[in-house]
Amino acid sequence: MAKAKRETSSAVADPAGAPEWTELLRQMILIRRFEEATEREFRKGKIGGYLHVYIGQEAAASGIISALDEGDIVFCGYRDHAQALALGSDPNKVMAELFGKGTGVSKGKGGSMHLFDVEHGLYGGYGIVGGHLTLAAGAAYALRYQDTERIAVCYFGDGAMNIGSFHEAMNMAGLWGHQGMCPIIFIIENNGYAMGTSVERHSALTDLSARVRAYAIPTERVDGQDIFAVREVADRVVQQVRETGKPFCIEVNTYRFSGHGAADLLQPYRPKEEVEKHRQRDPINILRERLSEAVSDDDVKAMDEWAIDVAAKAVRFAEESPQPEPHELFEDVVAEHQPRPVRESEHE
Amino acid sequence: MSEKSYRDAIRDAMMEEMDRDPKVLIMGEDIGVYEGTFRITAGMLKKYGPKRVIDTPIAEAGMAGTAVGMAMLGLRPIVEMMTMNFAIVAADQILNHAAKVRYFSGGQVDVPMVIRGPQGVGVQLSAQHSQSFESFYAHFPGIHVVAPATPADAKGMLKTAIRGKDPVIFLESAALYGMKGEVPDDPDFTVPFGKSRIAREGKDVTIVSYSRMLQLSLAVADKLSKDEGVECEVIDLRTLRPLDMDPVYASVEKTHRAVVVQEQWKPFGAAAEIAASITEACFDDLDAPVYRVTGEDVPMPYARNLELLAVPHEEHILRGIRKVMYVAE
Repeated sequence: MAKAKRETSSAVADPAGAPEWTELLRQMILIRRFEEATEREFRKGKIGGYLHVYIGQEAAASGIISALDEGDIVFCGYRDHAQALALGSDPNKVMAELFGKGTGVSKGKGGSMHLFDVEHGLYGGYGIVGGHLTLAAGAAYALRYQDTERIAVCYFGDGAMNIGSFHEAMNMAGLWGHQGMCPIIFIIENNGYAMGTSVERHSALTDLSARVRAYAIPTERVDGQDIFAVREVADRVVQQVRETGKPFCIEVNTYRFSGHGAADLLQPYRPKEEVEKHRQRDPINILRERLSEAVSDDDVKAMDEWAIDVAAKAVRFAEESPQPEPHELFEDVVAEHQPRPVRESEHE
Repeated sequence: MSEKSYRDAIRDAMMEEMDRDPKVLIMGEDIGVYEGTFRITAGMLKKYGPKRVIDTPIAEAGMAGTAVGMAMLGLRPIVEMMTMNFAIVAADQILNHAAKVRYFSGGQVDVPMVIRGPQGVGVQLSAQHSQSFESFYAHFPGIHVVAPATPADAKGMLKTAIRGKDPVIFLESAALYGMKGEVPDDPDFTVPFGKSRIAREGKDVTIVSYSRMLQLSLAVADKLSKDEGVECEVIDLRTLRPLDMDPVYASVEKTHRAVVVQEQWKPFGAAAEIAASITEACFDDLDAPVYRVTGEDVPMPYARNLELLAVPHEEHILRGIRKVMYVAE
């Protein structure tokens, strides 16, 4: 389950007396260092398949998820490591999952795109752009159907807004919201690009929030590099959605500093100057400056060393972990009537 | 036992399960106020209310996808597809999501959901409304595929589907909705998946089928027995995934001949899988190549005479039997 919320942002508006903001700074630094480690391990060939890191967008994960209560649930796309860490997943198990090890959060069967940690409220990383939006809307219905106060959060990128399931999910969420049966916060992680296609080139209407409002879902846009701003909106919206059972959408304007995926090295779709310009608004530095009175340079250095150490330990744990047992190939396909091996002799 | 139609058996199964378990709900297009295109859901909205009988927009991906999310959170949704032809719109939700979340989550969630609706040829419904999808779905691990041939099986297997932990594709034959048969009254009567049924015993030739073609095969078998003294053993597969071939192999060991009957197209169809499996397991027992009776390899035409030419009839099954018995027509 998500960690129980300690304080609201208004209660911690004064950074000097704000242990929670310090904690969020530490979390964002951990996400950054963890993601850097995954990129290194990908280049070494220790992590296979696809790898999409969250560097530059950390405030979108930490700012929203820190506003949630225990029992709230999160769905996201394939750029999902940060959400797992923000929800409290064990970094060792997340790294082991990326390494394809049996100790991973999903026993090594999901990998980077399909992190899953139900115990901490993470109902998946999904690899088909926009596909998970309908799942999240249904999950929100189920939470309210079962008379709980829990809410769902669904992250997706600007690139997910052009596929049919986005529109079907929004419309059904809007309809169910009329009856107070869809407590969900949709988070548009608008980082300006659907892979390499800019918003101007992929969306006929570049006001992305307006497209959500077309389904009777209210929206709010926020500077996604400033976690104070993100958290302030999140606190209000979480409370509102929990009380009303109606969906809400937050458009978080952010930017990914790394490539789309670990293999996106050349990035011909955006000039280097653009990336440099956005790097000047690093969400970690912005928070750090806001906390300058409460958190010294030495404090930050200590946090950074801690984060580097946690990431390094996670890599070591992943490396030393065993591969999944061969019999795992056939486990978890279905609950009953597990398929028989085609090559029986290899699996005796 | 009571005599029930296939349609009523399906409705009874759903309503008994909704009475039994508040986690069961149903959604679909025009299933509530309109009471369903095929009237399967008639009376359900009135009894259970709009939270449990959900009229959805025409949005199959939305219906199937929200059902996956509901199932992951502990509900037991039933999705009625007005016809299974429309479920192709939800292929991503069914095949990429429902069928895979258990696996890529390492078993952290159950996905107890049923997607049900009619399929197969009707009367002049033409190309987009007359298709059969069993081999399409049965190709994919992570889901169960059910195709009942009788009212009793329709009820018993739908209950198994609703009570299970996995996504189930429940393929109904619209042409069988009016068919009547004896159905057990016990509300806990269920029919397990992966158990083929010997629908008729015989010693001369094995006929393997499911759904509506099973009924056609039984009719041919009765006629042959009466007219020519040829005894067909007819096996109802009931579920295409899991597929229970052992009774088929046992039968072929006895008869040495097999005909597989399906309504769907021949290439890469269910009969191809079944015939190949028989050949692998029973090669030394076979006295003739396994014969496939199938629909013609064309989109369904509108004109009634062409439509009738496109689907298998009794004479085609008869021809298949004569072929494997090396009897001249």
